[in-house]
Amino acid sequence: MPGGIRVERRLGNPRWVAFVVPVVALIVAAIVTAAVLAASGHQPLQVYQQIYQAGFTANGALSRTFVYATPLLFTGLAAAVAFRMKVWNIGGEGQLYAGAIGAAGVGLALHTWPGPLVIIAMVIGGALAGALWAAIPGLLRAYLRTNEILTSLMLNYVAGLLLYYLIYDSTSYWRDMTSASAKVFPTGKSIEASAFWPQLSFGAALVVPMGFGLGIVVALGIWTVTRTSPTGFAMSVIGESPGAATYAGMRTKRTIAGVMLASGAFAGIGGASQIGDFGHTLDPRGLQQAGYGYTGIVVAALGRYNPLAVVIVSFLIGALTNAGFALQGPDFPSGLVGVIEGIILFSVLAGEALSRYRISLRRSPRTADTAPGTPVGEVVAP
Amino acid sequence: MNASLAVTLVTSAIMFGTPLLLAGLGELLAERSGVLNLGVEGMMLAGAVTAFWAVQAVPGPAWLALIVAVLLAAAAGGAMALIHAFVSVTLRANQIVSGLALTIFAGAAGLSSYLGVVWGLAGKPGAHQMSAIDMGALSDLPVAGPILFHQDPLVYASWLLVIVAAWYLYRTRPGLNLRSVGEAPAAADAMGIPVTAYRYVHTVIGGALAGVGGSYFTLVLSSQWTDGLTAGAGWIAIALVIFAFWRPGYLLIGAYFFGLLSGLGFDLQARGVAWPSEFFSALPYVMTVIALVIMSTGWARRQLGTPAALGTPYAREEGG
Repeated sequence: MPGGIRVERRLGNPRWVAFVVPVVALIVAAIVTAAVLAASGHQPLQVYQQIYQAGFTANGALSRTFVYATPLLFTGLAAAVAFRMKVWNIGGEGQLYAGAIGAAGVGLALHTWPGPLVIIAMVIGGALAGALWAAIPGLLRAYLRTNEILTSLMLNYVAGLLLYYLIYDSTSYWRDMTSASAKVFPTGKSIEASAFWPQLSFGAALVVPMGFGLGIVVALGIWTVTRTSPTGFAMSVIGESPGAATYAGMRTKRTIAGVMLASGAFAGIGGASQIGDFGHTLDPRGLQQAGYGYTGIVVAALGRYNPLAVVIVSFLIGALTNAGFALQGPDFPSGLVGVIEGIILFSVLAGEALSRYRISLRRSPRTADTAPGTPVGEVVAP
Repeated sequence: MNASLAVTLVTSAIMFGTPLLLAGLGELLAERSGVLNLGVEGMMLAGAVTAFWAVQAVPGPAWLALIVAVLLAAAAGGAMALIHAFVSVTLRANQIVSGLALTIFAGAAGLSSYLGVVWGLAGKPGAHQMSAIDMGALSDLPVAGPILFHQDPLVYASWLLVIVAAWYLYRTRPGLNLRSVGEAPAAADAMGIPVTAYRYVHTVIGGALAGVGGSYFTLVLSSQWTDGLTAGAGWIAIALVIFAFWRPGYLLIGAYFFGLLSGLGFDLQARGVAWPSEFFSALPYVMTVIALVIMSTGWARRQLGTPAALGTPYAREEGG
């Protein structure tokens, strides 16, 4: 038997995988994207330099990056909690819209209240609306075993149409009908300035919105619950093996529904932050153009569904999204950001898959380590 | 309901249902091999943008440009599917996330949009549109004429493909092999059927059909390229495969039913029904959810033909 490359299944997941896979994935994505750019006649290095400047170093770039990182932090957390349990909530987009509708509605209705109370009510309103929108696919999945991938996705389109209806096609509570111009060019009503969410200012160069801080608190909360509580333990067992979880007497259905509701609530707070932190009014075009819900899936996967990693990754992908909007034009086609994100996602997947295997060289049959325990399987290539 | 309205509704059902049927057939073949590909929306958009570029770029007569456009759309969809096949079959990564990655990569804010900018397609009118074949006296027949004998070539191709797919699945040796790969890959492997090859081939054919389905949007339904113009058709196609119990014949009925819903808004608004347009636009999505709920009832589960190995990677050394 000649020497060769030996590939065997790893039995555990070594610690370094958590860090190495995302880093290697980003490097691979950069190389593949460079090839795409070169193929379409662009200068990859120049484009990367532009992304770096627009995302981090240009005047006001960091503050703008936080504007995009904030919703991505929430949709990333929404995807992370669900995907970790193999509950495929792809409805973050629609749940974010629902949260924006809910928070704007609460903010407008309570306009006589003091600002801080309105802000708290908006967070709660956004979370409830997002959870409510997620409850449809969540309850259907938990109690009827209806495919949640397709139902949650279909509801994204419905929520998008609902947004349009509220502002462009009706005289709803959310629409501004006070001035003559607003009747011709539909816009949403603005919440009171006292209910604008506060910002943390580090001089002129860096402004961090309240939503991002709130997102970090939520991430820490998720981390604590998943690490220390019985619910967190049940979540990881259900994710690995629903059969075993049921056998162990865990409330599988209730946990799945609960995770879906929580996931929707996180995306909903992201929507509330869109109103409270940034737009201050319901803006269907702005919300739909950004696609935060779908990008949240990339954020979650790159963070390997770890809530604390999602915080860091949301900042990185926020910088990329920021650069995408800032540079958009013939030299920087708008689809480039999606291309990069898609390649990142593929690279993470490939990295995860490859890290499950241990690859070693063996020179000759005699020096080969033939019995290291019992390898689950081996493939020998000449 | 008068006859003219019925004919209008049926023809618009066929028109809007054809891309769903083509993409659904492709997904059906991939799923029969055990590969779930959630990248249909992305593959359709890749096909749509490629076809629209091809009709501008290919010189010569319209029929030639249109044929090249459809073939290139198939190639584009197939190429996208190849990525999914590599990641999910060879690397055995999670098929759900890989399919989502494909939709993000190629979708409305990804490669299809990128190519639209690079090729300068925004705002350009289509150089050639595919039109219905006029069969003379046959096309003039009442009712049957406009429905059966006045369609474009892709509609006839889709009818042919339904028949071929049904024959292939149930009457041929490779079709039987395909079904066994999707049901019990370990057993199929033991019988000497090349599981990986079957999965690759059917995933790529599935992508090619999704690409052709996408080309229907830019060659027939619309005369312009806009980002994300398939508007979720790829996802409805995936749902249709479930409603069709993984059978080509039922897929045809389902596709035309959803085509009817997609076209209903235009037809009724043209006749002065004044409901908000968002209501009609939301119908196909809401109906998809309702249909999925019906499919989760006990009755439907007994009928269901979900391939047993759908979504699970196969590795010989782990199989048992």
